[in-house]
Amino acid sequence: MTDATLSFEEAMEKYDPVLGFEVHVELNTKTKMFSSAPNVFGDEPNTNVNEVDLGMPGVLPVVNKTAIESSIKIGLALNCKIAETCRFARKNYFYPDTPKNFQTSQYDEPIAYDGYLDIELSDGTMFRVEIERAHMEEDAGKLTHMGGATGRIQGADYSLVDYNRSGVPLVEIVTKPIEGAGSRAPELAKAYVAAVREIVKNLGVSDAKMERGNVRCDANVSLRPHGRERFGIRSETKNVNSLRAVEHAVRYEIQRHAAVLDSGEPVIQETRHWHEDTRTTTSGRAKSDADDYRYFPEPDLVPITASREWVEELRATLPEPPAARRKRLQADWGYSDLEFRDVVNAGVMDEIEETIAAGATPTVARKWWMGEIVGRAKNADVDPGQLGVKPATIVELNQMVEDGKINNKMASEVLDGVLAGEGTPAEIVEKRGLAVVSDDAPLLEAIDAALAAQPGVADKIRGGKIQAIGAIVGGVMKATRGQADAGRVRELILERLGVEG
Amino acid sequence: MTENNELIRLSAAVLAEKLAAREITAVEVTQAYLDRIAAVEGKVHAFLHVNADEALAVAAEVDAIRAAGGAAAEELHVLAGVPIAVKDLIVTIGQPTTAGSKILEGWHSPYDATVVERLRAAKMPILGKTNLDEFAMGSSTEHSAFGPTHNPWDLDRIPGGSGGGSAAAVAAFEAPLALGTDTGGSIRQPGAVTGTVGVKPTYGGVSRYGAIAMASSLDQIGPVSRTVLDSALLHQVIGGHDPRDSTSLPDPLEDLVAAARTGNVRGMKIGIIKELHGEGYQAGVENRFNESLELLKGAGAEIVEVSCPNFKYALGAYYLIMPSEASSNLAKFDGVRYGLRVLPEEGPLTIERVMGSTRAAGFGDEVKRRIILGTYALSAGYYDAYYGSAQKVRTLIQRDFEAAFAKADVLISPTAPTTAFKLGEKLNDPLAMYLNDVATIPANMAGVPGLSLPGGLADEDGLPVGIQLLAPARQDARLYRVGAVLESLLEAQWGGPLLDKAPSLTDSSLTDSASAVAATDSTADAALSHGGSH
Repeated sequence: MTDATLSFEEAMEKYDPVLGFEVHVELNTKTKMFSSAPNVFGDEPNTNVNEVDLGMPGVLPVVNKTAIESSIKIGLALNCKIAETCRFARKNYFYPDTPKNFQTSQYDEPIAYDGYLDIELSDGTMFRVEIERAHMEEDAGKLTHMGGATGRIQGADYSLVDYNRSGVPLVEIVTKPIEGAGSRAPELAKAYVAAVREIVKNLGVSDAKMERGNVRCDANVSLRPHGRERFGIRSETKNVNSLRAVEHAVRYEIQRHAAVLDSGEPVIQETRHWHEDTRTTTSGRAKSDADDYRYFPEPDLVPITASREWVEELRATLPEPPAARRKRLQADWGYSDLEFRDVVNAGVMDEIEETIAAGATPTVARKWWMGEIVGRAKNADVDPGQLGVKPATIVELNQMVEDGKINNKMASEVLDGVLAGEGTPAEIVEKRGLAVVSDDAPLLEAIDAALAAQPGVADKIRGGKIQAIGAIVGGVMKATRGQADAGRVRELILERLGVEG
Repeated sequence: MTENNELIRLSAAVLAEKLAAREITAVEVTQAYLDRIAAVEGKVHAFLHVNADEALAVAAEVDAIRAAGGAAAEELHVLAGVPIAVKDLIVTIGQPTTAGSKILEGWHSPYDATVVERLRAAKMPILGKTNLDEFAMGSSTEHSAFGPTHNPWDLDRIPGGSGGGSAAAVAAFEAPLALGTDTGGSIRQPGAVTGTVGVKPTYGGVSRYGAIAMASSLDQIGPVSRTVLDSALLHQVIGGHDPRDSTSLPDPLEDLVAAARTGNVRGMKIGIIKELHGEGYQAGVENRFNESLELLKGAGAEIVEVSCPNFKYALGAYYLIMPSEASSNLAKFDGVRYGLRVLPEEGPLTIERVMGSTRAAGFGDEVKRRIILGTYALSAGYYDAYYGSAQKVRTLIQRDFEAAFAKADVLISPTAPTTAFKLGEKLNDPLAMYLNDVATIPANMAGVPGLSLPGGLADEDGLPVGIQLLAPARQDARLYRVGAVLESLLEAQWGGPLLDKAPSLTDSSLTDSASAVAATDSTADAALSHGGSH
């Protein structure tokens, strides 16, 4: 059953959205939050575990100091205050992805609190998002429900659990309610998550790959009639795991809430599941504020003390803030304001930086990312960085073009081949027989044929109307199935006709 | 048999000396204990598992090293070859660990507790795993899922709890040493009622890694022995910092053995805690307690009285904090990853229902009682009134101790208000059972160390009485210094160790009142061969 929605415009006319985000960041520490087991993604299930991660009888947690450092760095980068002392608590609930049947998490004593993040929207508008807290916790294991239609535990025949992720250090960043975004709410949502991702990536504390769940976003949306102060009832859309999805999910929830409110029904406070295929959410678990996790301070851990000296030492290691970095990159690359904003909005700034680092010029890197890859990503409905284009591929393709081995059109075709997994650019050029025809003899043959076929055009060119040459070039390209170097063809035509170019 | 009988009655310190001097071998000692286990386990039931083969192998290794001499022999730990029993709450590779619960029956730990690693590093043969109240919840060992342990002084009586198995094993000469755990008195109270010595170290003094947690902020592993010096020797093996336990103290371990050897109380102030004797304490307990005070006074100690007014809230606060933490610590026993799994008899097989039926079938009544209490106390809306208030009481108890230790170097009280009660007597009256820990609980609430040593036999029932010494946190050495003095004064009075007065257990006039114990083949064989030699 699909939920009714209003158009976004109508929703905006009637209601004022209030947003809130919980972004979970997986830290890239060598070991887990409370055990010495390796923190590695993608290995054979249940291999990166020890007795602590499995919740064996008698085990005790020990806090990972690097995780604390990373958390403090994140807090500082989010302009938060850092608690001088803070504790972990136990969040008690029975679920098989949590081997102890409690999650060790921070509750009322987060390590970082009261911060903010200034977000730049696509037109350059700045929007301040207030950060309530950033706290540490451990990730749960990964459940895979087998059988059943929904992929959820209800109706499954059985479930598999992989505890490799159990105990991976997480920092959960919680915003205060975000008011005043209006119709920019979906865009702000995407920009906020992108900014958090950028921060943790630049800090080097997370691999920050959304497709791997390194950065996961729960998006809270509520609506209220314009002019009303009291917040409406919110929904929480869980695990929205790409920047585009964040934008779409917020937009969808706004439209859905608006339809519910319009019908006179109350919005149900619940979690929602995001479906990338249909770009809709469905009802999850009813969530009330009365969920009783029986929190109490984790007695197996001593309080964490962050001396002011330590905090300042860590502050001194922070990389330049994103705004300063952008300024520097724009200057280094020589992009215009508009060019640079387009790059940022397309979400390919990091990718361009990496491509330049791999040997491309700023112009080439931009041409490829903005001209070739962003469009493909849009068609594939993924973030450009998730398309799988490696900087080295771009450098290699560009080199082939510069060497005249292939032309731009072929390079684009080769890129498709690379993305289709057909091999390296060189292999694809070989396999598809895409070399530029650089031997003049076959070209001259084709030119002569084209000139003969269009004698009128040939005359025009002879008469000085050089712009008419396109028709002949086109004929040659057609005859050579695009494998000729258009520039060379043009030279040869002019030569043949004895006209100065 | 006579020879073996002499061997098993030696203290660990004397065994260690004789082993070092190569007057005896570790295999002889270990075999003597295994023989004793085979002979009396049917009556006492102190062990849940006997580890004969491994114990003998470790003993043989020690003997081989000693025989070869040289640096390796020199480097042997002083207790190398001295056997030990381990409470079955402490995980061990190669032996089952049950915590006295059906829910863990047959489970083998894939790792050793830190204290077990240290026993292995010292090459102490581990005789087996001792019985306990399920998950250490109880004061009588009657709550073990595998049947009660019997007090060697009177087989119809409780050996205390939760560490009744360790205390009874040591009292019945089935082991010279044992490990216990003490959350509210589970080392000291069994020590008191079995005429043995038990020490709860300062919280954080001994690693808890590998002790199956009941109440994390109260639990502490400690030694069980027949003499104060033996406890000091064992404490020295297991104590000291462990990076795997965040609550482990970073302090270097004091020389506890030296403290026990050079016991002296002259000029020391010893404080009687007004609230921990008198009303509610059995007359015979009170008499022996007063006698100990006189002896200490005679040895040059100054006896002062201190008041700890908040101790009267200790039991109530303990029964909020302990079950709260236990309810969370025991949540992991759900049948998903290890241990018992019981499927619901009817209805759908959902994960919640499997967890529920597993826990319903796997836990005993006392465990369920405490899980329910703790779950309730932590619930939203009750947290502040229960857990929160109890934590405040805890602070008040700590302040009482601080004030008391400003006036006295150590504090003294009876360990338990009564001598051993009859098996079954308080089984249906949990509150009466809980009251038995009234004198031991404050130390856990404050994290301070406590030692219980035999104070004699109560006049009215001839059963052992325990004397408890308490010291400030990290001052465990004081317990050994004072305990050793009191022990020697008392033994001089008795003309030997108190346990000399205990029944022999192999006397044919005693009836076999205990259920048969599952013994390993080797111990069963040993029992048969000794039966033949009588």
